[in-house]
Amino acid sequence: MAQRLPKSLIGFTAVVYFLLHLPILVLVIFSFNSSRYVVWTGLSLNWYRRLLERPDILAALKASLIVGICSTIVSTILGTLIALALARHRFKGRTVFEGLLYVPIVTPEIVVGISLLILFAALKIPLGLSTITIAHIAFNISFVVVVVLARIQGMDQNLEEAAMNLGADEITTFWKITVPQLWPGILAGGLLAFTMSFDDFVITFFVSGVGSTTLPLLVYGMVRKSIEPSINAISTLILIVTTITIYLADRFGRERARADV
Amino acid sequence: MTAPERTAPEPVVRFSRVTKSFGDIKAVNDISFDIRKGEFFSILGPSGCGKTTTLRLLAGFEEPDSDGGQVRLLGEVVNNKRPYERNISMVFQNYALFPHLTVEKNIAFGLERRKTPRQEIGPRVRKAMEMVRLDPAIFAKRQPAQLSGGQRQRVALARALVLQPPILLLDEPLGAIDLKLRKEMQIELKALNKQLGITFIYVTHDQEEALTMSDRIAVMSNARIAQLGSPAEIYENPRTAFVAKFIGESNFFSGIAKRNTGNGWDVESKTGTGFRIPANPGVREGSEVQIAVRPEWMDLVRPNEVPANENSANGKVREVFYLGEMMHIVVTLDEGTDVTVAMRNEGQLIKPLAWKSGDAAAVAWLPEDCQILESE
Amino acid sequence: MAGVRERSLAWLHRRPQAQAWSLLGPGTFWLVMFFAIPIIIMLVYSFMVRGIYGGVEPGFTIEHYKRFFDPLYLRILFRTFWISVVCTAICLLAGYPVAYVIARAGRWKNLLLFLVVLPFWTSFLVRTYAMIFMLRDSGLINAWLLKLGLIQNPITMLYTPGAVMAGLVYGFLPFMILPIYASLEKLDLSLLEAAEVLGAKPAARFWKVTLPLSMPGVVAGCLLVLIPCLGSFLTPDLLGGAKQVMIGNLVQNQFSSARNWPFGSAASFILMAAVLVAVLIYLRIKDRSPLEEK
Repeated sequence: MAQRLPKSLIGFTAVVYFLLHLPILVLVIFSFNSSRYVVWTGLSLNWYRRLLERPDILAALKASLIVGICSTIVSTILGTLIALALARHRFKGRTVFEGLLYVPIVTPEIVVGISLLILFAALKIPLGLSTITIAHIAFNISFVVVVVLARIQGMDQNLEEAAMNLGADEITTFWKITVPQLWPGILAGGLLAFTMSFDDFVITFFVSGVGSTTLPLLVYGMVRKSIEPSINAISTLILIVTTITIYLADRFGRERARADV
Repeated sequence: MTAPERTAPEPVVRFSRVTKSFGDIKAVNDISFDIRKGEFFSILGPSGCGKTTTLRLLAGFEEPDSDGGQVRLLGEVVNNKRPYERNISMVFQNYALFPHLTVEKNIAFGLERRKTPRQEIGPRVRKAMEMVRLDPAIFAKRQPAQLSGGQRQRVALARALVLQPPILLLDEPLGAIDLKLRKEMQIELKALNKQLGITFIYVTHDQEEALTMSDRIAVMSNARIAQLGSPAEIYENPRTAFVAKFIGESNFFSGIAKRNTGNGWDVESKTGTGFRIPANPGVREGSEVQIAVRPEWMDLVRPNEVPANENSANGKVREVFYLGEMMHIVVTLDEGTDVTVAMRNEGQLIKPLAWKSGDAAAVAWLPEDCQILESE
Repeated sequence: MAGVRERSLAWLHRRPQAQAWSLLGPGTFWLVMFFAIPIIIMLVYSFMVRGIYGGVEPGFTIEHYKRFFDPLYLRILFRTFWISVVCTAICLLAGYPVAYVIARAGRWKNLLLFLVVLPFWTSFLVRTYAMIFMLRDSGLINAWLLKLGLIQNPITMLYTPGAVMAGLVYGFLPFMILPIYASLEKLDLSLLEAAEVLGAKPAARFWKVTLPLSMPGVVAGCLLVLIPCLGSFLTPDLLGGAKQVMIGNLVQNQFSSARNWPFGSAASFILMAAVLVAVLIYLRIKDRSPLEEK
């Protein structure tokens, strides 16, 4: 159906795509460059090997993973529960609630970061991995709600009624019918939340303390100090993690076509 | 001669003055009826009439308004009982098979909920599949997505029947199935009903289906029951204009009862068509009378050949329709309205109808065939 | 034990509000505690007196807001606004054709879409760094230009307004493409065929059918670019040096070196207000559009 698209339009799109991906490709390619200068001197895994030798990078990776996994699990659970309530129950204040749920999505990250910094300072909570995790959970809940809600709304409500008719009470129905149906959506939501947490810089910047450096924070520090190909290497690794996660989320999001009977 | 006094067996279902409101709207408005054990009972009506809500009240997905109305199942008041506490099975309109479970796991679901011993489940599932004519060897391990509509229908049925429920609810189960298969399934369902002795409660908007399969039909309209009776009673003695119109076709006439003829009344209408009706306790001099006459109870004759004891109205043939088994002839009466007369098709190629568009004609019918309607 | 489970389910069943709130509760608590309340505290802080060692001291003042009438800060506000609008415009002009092509791409659609979704989710920091890598004096572009002999000395691209704009457009372009694509995808092609039969030429078909019907996507895309643009601080920081100060940088500054928390809070709140205004305008347009499917 690629009917009658003017060549100029296709050309323009190709150029845009090229420009969109060129910087990243360059970044990735030069992470494999043996020299530290922007002249290609040969393929080398040198910079990646160096990463393994640097304890600060390994610590940052560990921090990012801990924060990512913890915040993903909690925000996915909280977000899924909210999505269930929105889809299945009528309650007072529902429209207001729905509207307010979208506010975190549109609020600039810097506002979120600053306000949390203020909160932690006022409550005298020391900044560290736990404050970062708390912050990540907060901004991820709304995203998970959006993803899971879309999935619930595509789900046949009769399935739950059929289960109850066959003798399953509300709790059994939830675990044996609702969750398996929603599972791809929950998984997709979780993966998205993980990506947002793993990649986050701005909010993390404000709520992290000494010794709780995540990977993005580390990269920022390195960029400010001096540009060297190790940064390319870390960036490439971050990119790989993101690509895999998004690909999986995409696959699980698509599963609905097969599951809908 | 009086029949010996016998207490009638307790109905398996009893609705007593049940109302269900959603906000200001009454989906079901003060309905009462009984369903007898083993019956094939249909609830028939157009969309929005309340039949689905009635079914959901039975299943427990809705609860009646707390204004005193009662829903009784097997003698027990179940107003607030949850669906999983009621001993009643249901086949859903779109089957509602669990997509993530195989056919046999779908059917076994209810048995597992009842903690049926593991060894018993397998054989019972197989028996249920055989009862709906699904070969366990082929279908047991399949996923619902791999089945055709008719096959899914059978799985849904097996899943409900394997629990040996006293009552089975069916919510327009044959809607999505094509005509030929539908007729086959109607016969099968009817056979299962008789064979298993289970009370079937069947919701549909297809009047032909209801007439074919049911022992009794409740016709619903606007949240109320318009008429409840056997197919013959519903079809041949419709009580209201709605029932007369919804089931089959009807021609309507109305007027004021003018003179008592001894065994009936002469009715005069403003439009000119007068007619005679049999005696009826509800009719007095001056009462408004509305009647329905089915097309097949009418005859078409030449205007001067109307038999003496029959009602008639003069007009002109407007159109002749070929329906296969029947011929429908639409006649525009002199007073302006159209009536339809149905006649057997005795083969237009060998014994064609004597009527064509434009012919002067009179429609005639016996006074006994006037179905006197109640006001709604 | 006809016990706890049945009784609690029965109890919940009679109280639909309780059912809903038992599900909403935990998430709502988190959002209230860690999103709503912090912002409220921030708002309160913006009216308080600056503490000597940072932080705040009790006292009510609106001096922090009044400071924004100072030409220095007004300039920052206008620059932020101006940059964001220009960035949105560039993204729209570049993004709409791309979205259009993807929507009509047939077999390539999924691949093209994935190639846009990927940058959408990739770390903004990494992508900004990629820009730095390209634009710096010893970066890739200069290296190639020098090698090809087109220039003698490296062109300074980094730390210029152009770099900031390039970084922002590069960062937010996917945010514009995706909503417009979603809108165009829903477009019923038979409408265009009908227009063609009625005599409309390709250009007319675009302006009078395609574009109006894709408006919801266009507006959504503009919003998804404008809002983060207004709040951006990473791009002007890394690509603009200290010279292209936007509100985001101002806020960040007040909480680090300048140690003026109330002023920073006020700046942050002004930013938030600007965003909310943009969203409200968007909702108005959305509700008024007769083409929006509810």
